[in-house]
Amino acid sequence: MKENLYKYILGIADNSLILGQRLGELCGHGPNLETDIACTNISLDLFGQVRSYYQYAAKIKGENATEDDIAFLRKEREYLNVLLVEQPNTDFAYTITRQFLFDVYHFLFLTELQKSHDMTLAAIAKKSIKEVSYHRRFSSDWMKRLGDGTEESKQRIQDALDALWTYTDELFHQTEADKIIVSENIGVDVTTLKQLYYTEVETILSEATLEVPESKWFQKGGKDGIHTEHMGYLLSDLQYMQRTYPNMEW
Amino acid sequence: MSEEQLKILEAQFEARIARDEKIEPKDWMPEKYRKTHIRQMSQHAHSEIVGMLPEGNWITRAPSLRRKVALLAKVQDEAGHGLYLYSACETLGISRDELYEQLHTGKAKYSSIFNYPTVTWADMGAIGWLVDGAAIINQVPLCSTSYGPYARAMIRVCKEESFHQRQGYEIMIKLANGTPEQKEMAQDALNRWWWPSLMMLGPTDAESVHTEQSMKWKLKRKSNDDLRQQFIDQTVPQADLIGLTIPDPDLKWNEERQSYDFGPINWDEFWQVVKGHGPCNKERMNARVGAWERGTWVRDAAMAHAEKQASKKLEKAM
Repeated sequence: MKENLYKYILGIADNSLILGQRLGELCGHGPNLETDIACTNISLDLFGQVRSYYQYAAKIKGENATEDDIAFLRKEREYLNVLLVEQPNTDFAYTITRQFLFDVYHFLFLTELQKSHDMTLAAIAKKSIKEVSYHRRFSSDWMKRLGDGTEESKQRIQDALDALWTYTDELFHQTEADKIIVSENIGVDVTTLKQLYYTEVETILSEATLEVPESKWFQKGGKDGIHTEHMGYLLSDLQYMQRTYPNMEW
Repeated sequence: MSEEQLKILEAQFEARIARDEKIEPKDWMPEKYRKTHIRQMSQHAHSEIVGMLPEGNWITRAPSLRRKVALLAKVQDEAGHGLYLYSACETLGISRDELYEQLHTGKAKYSSIFNYPTVTWADMGAIGWLVDGAAIINQVPLCSTSYGPYARAMIRVCKEESFHQRQGYEIMIKLANGTPEQKEMAQDALNRWWWPSLMMLGPTDAESVHTEQSMKWKLKRKSNDDLRQQFIDQTVPQADLIGLTIPDPDLKWNEERQSYDFGPINWDEFWQVVKGHGPCNKERMNARVGAWERGTWVRDAAMAHAEKQASKKLEKAM
């Protein structure tokens, strides 16, 4: 099995899985019907992407692995998503900020992944980027609305931004598997996206009349499978059926 | 307007309906017609929105990616149904905020079936199969109801509901053909959802207060008891086909009527739930009111932002 490529794909797909799961928690509980539908839509897009990635990963893994084995039957330490996407839906400001900080990255990432020498990954990227371009517009618009809305909304979105900022730097870390896959012209060198990312984020934040957080202390670990305490609970829900009723078809 | 003029208008209006013409938002209509439609359409919209909750309960725990995506899409469809039913309602001169207010204060009702808990994955199958199945039987006749916006909304709603119904039945097929544990889960769900589904088609004709007027306006084309019989006759063979047993010892094919006879429905339970004392009435209402209240600052911000943008545009133009 191509161990590094397998890990590399999980690194991409797990972000979409965990963020999709977080958004799924909100279905039916949004601030109004339109945003409820939009957040569910983003969740659906992300799960669609997840399935394409995991089906490919399952093929690489062999041994009759399936997309569901990969999605539901790993240990917490084997999930490789960034810490940002597992952060809880504290309020709508957190949900939107988490989405925004991820979407700007996701769009830049997929733009590059389209050029991958791995035809499957390039094709998934090409399909996904259309969806993600909409996600980015949706979350950027909400950053502006909430930033330049009322005093309360400004305070809430600034608080969320200050709290989640610490998870942004991890987006540009590379694992050992990443480095190898990049050297094979399959993966994206995320370190080259960092400057552009912060420039784009800061442009939107300035339009939203928000302050760019000054903190330079960042958290990392997700890409190596070391998660925040929120992750275990998220996985308990995600894996509930597969763990309670092993080896069954649904 | 004199009483005589009003009578003429009313007679013309009833004649239009009798000719199967559609009534449109700007047409004259009797006040009672407007009110009855607001009541029924908003009740329908509220049912879609509250109905998102019991199924939403399983989105994070769906057993496979395929099922998770299908469930998310289904619950999203319900939000969509709610959205265009509220919009159709607004054409009768009531705002969405007012409609929510009626739901949140308990003035408006929603389908009682959503006050039952979803305790296993099989409930996602049972709801699709039985609850959406019963909803379709209720709703298909509404595609040709007299009020245009409602009739048009129902055409789309029914198409999607029938897809949901098949999807639910397919979940049940899979479980019924699965391991003994899965089959038991499916049977248990059928046991719990069967009777509430029968109740969903409304009280018996003798007890139903709105039937006569609604028939005239084509808001209703068959009586509750006829609809219920249709649902039973349609569903029993589907249960047989996958080896599940309908939890009714009195259920029996009646050769003469070419229909199933069935046992007595527990109407005390029905009225208990309608009156707010079902297993989840409070939870459902708390979830709706909670989401609305937690969203207040978000909606206020969106409004304030839109106003700021509009005045900026105006300044530029000047």
